[in-house]
Amino acid sequence: MADRPVPVVEKRLMDVKLGELGTWMGGRDFTPNGLLSSVRRGYERYYNKYINVKKGGIGGLAMLLAGYITLSYVWEYNHIKHDRWRKYH
Amino acid sequence: MTMNLFNQFLSPTFLGLPLIAIALMAPCLLYPSPAPWWQSNRWTTLQNWFIGSFIKQILSPINTKGHSWALLLATLMVFLITLNTLGLLPYTFTPTTQLSLNMAFAVPLWLATVIMGFRNSPTHALGHLLPEGTPTPLVPTLIIIESISLLIRPLALGVRLTANLTAGHLLIQLVSSAAFSLLLSQTTAASLAVGLLLLLTILEIAVAMIQAYVFVLLLSLYLQENV
Repeated sequence: MADRPVPVVEKRLMDVKLGELGTWMGGRDFTPNGLLSSVRRGYERYYNKYINVKKGGIGGLAMLLAGYITLSYVWEYNHIKHDRWRKYH
Repeated sequence: MTMNLFNQFLSPTFLGLPLIAIALMAPCLLYPSPAPWWQSNRWTTLQNWFIGSFIKQILSPINTKGHSWALLLATLMVFLITLNTLGLLPYTFTPTTQLSLNMAFAVPLWLATVIMGFRNSPTHALGHLLPEGTPTPLVPTLIIIESISLLIRPLALGVRLTANLTAGHLLIQLVSSAAFSLLLSQTTAASLAVGLLLLLTILEIAVAMIQAYVFVLLLSLYLQENV
């Protein structure tokens, strides 16, 4: 049961072998329209999997908020690292 | 340590990019747009219910001509409530603590209600400056007082929101640093501080929502007078 040979560029990221990663990256669409469409597709995937379901729970929103918290932490790290406890100030 | 207290309110930048722009866009990402089919998912239903009941309640005292403000008031309410509550999460930045942002909301909207009032019925709008049944000798003084109170409204709107949120965040930071530093040496005092922190957090969540509501309510009141 061999799979049909698919061009590297059209494979999904999880199916690309490590050696083919460079070719895959080179063939992707990095124009502004392409970037926007990939962001849009990612958003739609998340939305349709976790939020746009008949009995959506708090998990969908909680994951978004957890991501927002970690992102804010990463952005504020340079500021926050001065708040550490030190023996001599 | 004291100089760090107000550092949380500095407008954050990362590699030169102002992060306040991203913090301001966060509410847009959290609200799904309603779908064209009849039964939507739970979140969209909840959102629709909330906006519907809020608008019904806030537009009930306003006459039909003022109902064109429904979209603006609903957007403002949702935006402010989201910004305030998102700012209560750890490490996040609350854009509504910046006076510039709140004044940018308050001044144009208040000015719009005043200009609308003066355009539609100038005598009626000017008549608001004198309450009914004032004794004649008091009239000049009262007109001056009422015009000052009219002019101070945008300032009050903006500063109220800023001050409430800033004070809340500051208190949380103070009490939490007190609890943290007391944790090892005086544990009972630290547990009292933790209890206080818990109550404070509940208060902050309430204040975040109430302040947004008050902002929009007062705006609708100013609209009601002038439309």
